[in-house]
Amino acid sequence: MSPWLEAVVRAVAVLAAFLSLPLLVGQTEHKVMAHMQGRLGPMYAGGFHGWAQLVADGVKFVQKEDVVPARADRGVFRLAPAVALIPYLVALSVIPLSPTVVGATLDASVVLVLAVIGVGIIGTLMAGWASANKYSLLGGMRAAAQLVSYELPMVLAVASVALAAGTLSIVGIAEAWSPWWLLWQAPGAFVFLVAALAELQRPPFDMPVADSEIVFGPYTEYSGLRFAFFLLAEYAGIVVMSLLFAVLFLGGWAGPFESWLGWLWTLLKGFAVAVVMIWMRVSWPRMREDQLQRLAWVWLVPIALLQLALTAVGVVMTS
Amino acid sequence: MAGYLVVAAVVGAGVLLFVAAMTARRLLAPRAPWAAKLTTYESGVDPVGVGWAQTKVRYFVFSFLYVIFAVDAIYLFPWATVLRSADLGRASLVEMGIFIGVIVLGLAHAARRGLLRWV
Repeated sequence: MSPWLEAVVRAVAVLAAFLSLPLLVGQTEHKVMAHMQGRLGPMYAGGFHGWAQLVADGVKFVQKEDVVPARADRGVFRLAPAVALIPYLVALSVIPLSPTVVGATLDASVVLVLAVIGVGIIGTLMAGWASANKYSLLGGMRAAAQLVSYELPMVLAVASVALAAGTLSIVGIAEAWSPWWLLWQAPGAFVFLVAALAELQRPPFDMPVADSEIVFGPYTEYSGLRFAFFLLAEYAGIVVMSLLFAVLFLGGWAGPFESWLGWLWTLLKGFAVAVVMIWMRVSWPRMREDQLQRLAWVWLVPIALLQLALTAVGVVMTS
Repeated sequence: MAGYLVVAAVVGAGVLLFVAAMTARRLLAPRAPWAAKLTTYESGVDPVGVGWAQTKVRYFVFSFLYVIFAVDAIYLFPWATVLRSADLGRASLVEMGIFIGVIVLGLAHAARRGLLRWV
């Protein structure tokens, strides 16, 4: 197969995963939240337990009017959803489900993933600024504050596993993984999970979109399909972060019959992490902006640096 | 390089997805703008002034700290690939310890001066 044709086939496969996995997580969130709160959740669309609810939502969103406020910066306002969404698609393309089931094989894939995830936040900032709305501006400012504080612990936690494996390739890191990393890399894993929640602006770190304070933050002025794209970006973000956590900290495809069932183990581990993220949304209240900054700089950054020291000394001692 | 070709194709697929979705919306969605609908949302009352107001960016100190640490983090990744080598490993560990120690000292200083508190 020519490399051009292969690239197109792989891109289509990544796109298919990108359009199906977030729906799975979204439906899981509907159902898990409902049962944790003693209610049923969607039950009608599609018949069986409302499985087609999100498909119906998508069809509805396409038919809604797309309102661009008269005061808004039109170009930036209309482009923002694409800037928020596409980076997660690119991130998904380099996250392996097994050594063979992967969109693109790169030598420094872990650096690429961190870089493109950082770009996704710019979509939120563009939305917050271009809306010319006070709620949006405040939300955008909060999102920026959250980004500068939580990007760092996440990068340090990922650097720690890269150090432990001695490679910058995600496939290489997962192959170097051994069960005792669960203990050795535990502080880094904790930091990564907290920072991932904050990057995704999920509760308890949903200050930028706090509905009781600033309506819906940067997305206040959005309607119709552009609004749906921001929601899709959030769920795609959960998929990316969960799979990344599973591959970097839980060994990805390590498990019984991994040569032919490896992809399934990665998906199941990632799914379990996604359920944990949903669980946190149900069980914790929102943090205040100053508490959020304090948590990042007083706890997460020092813990991540200690984890780096622990990893580096461990590697030098054993090699 | 084949890997980056795939990444480029994926970016293309993302752009195509956005354009296709927006075309579908243009064909399916109604368009009936009027002045009240296009007003900036401000909880139901008429908007006061403009949305682009001057605000005090209280976290600029955090941004400075972030820039310092982000540059530091970039150095960590190449270090990850040489830590296991026999001739560079131990020496690079000590050097990195001193480097990060200096930065952590700066963070501790900022914390002691009360800069990590949201005013």
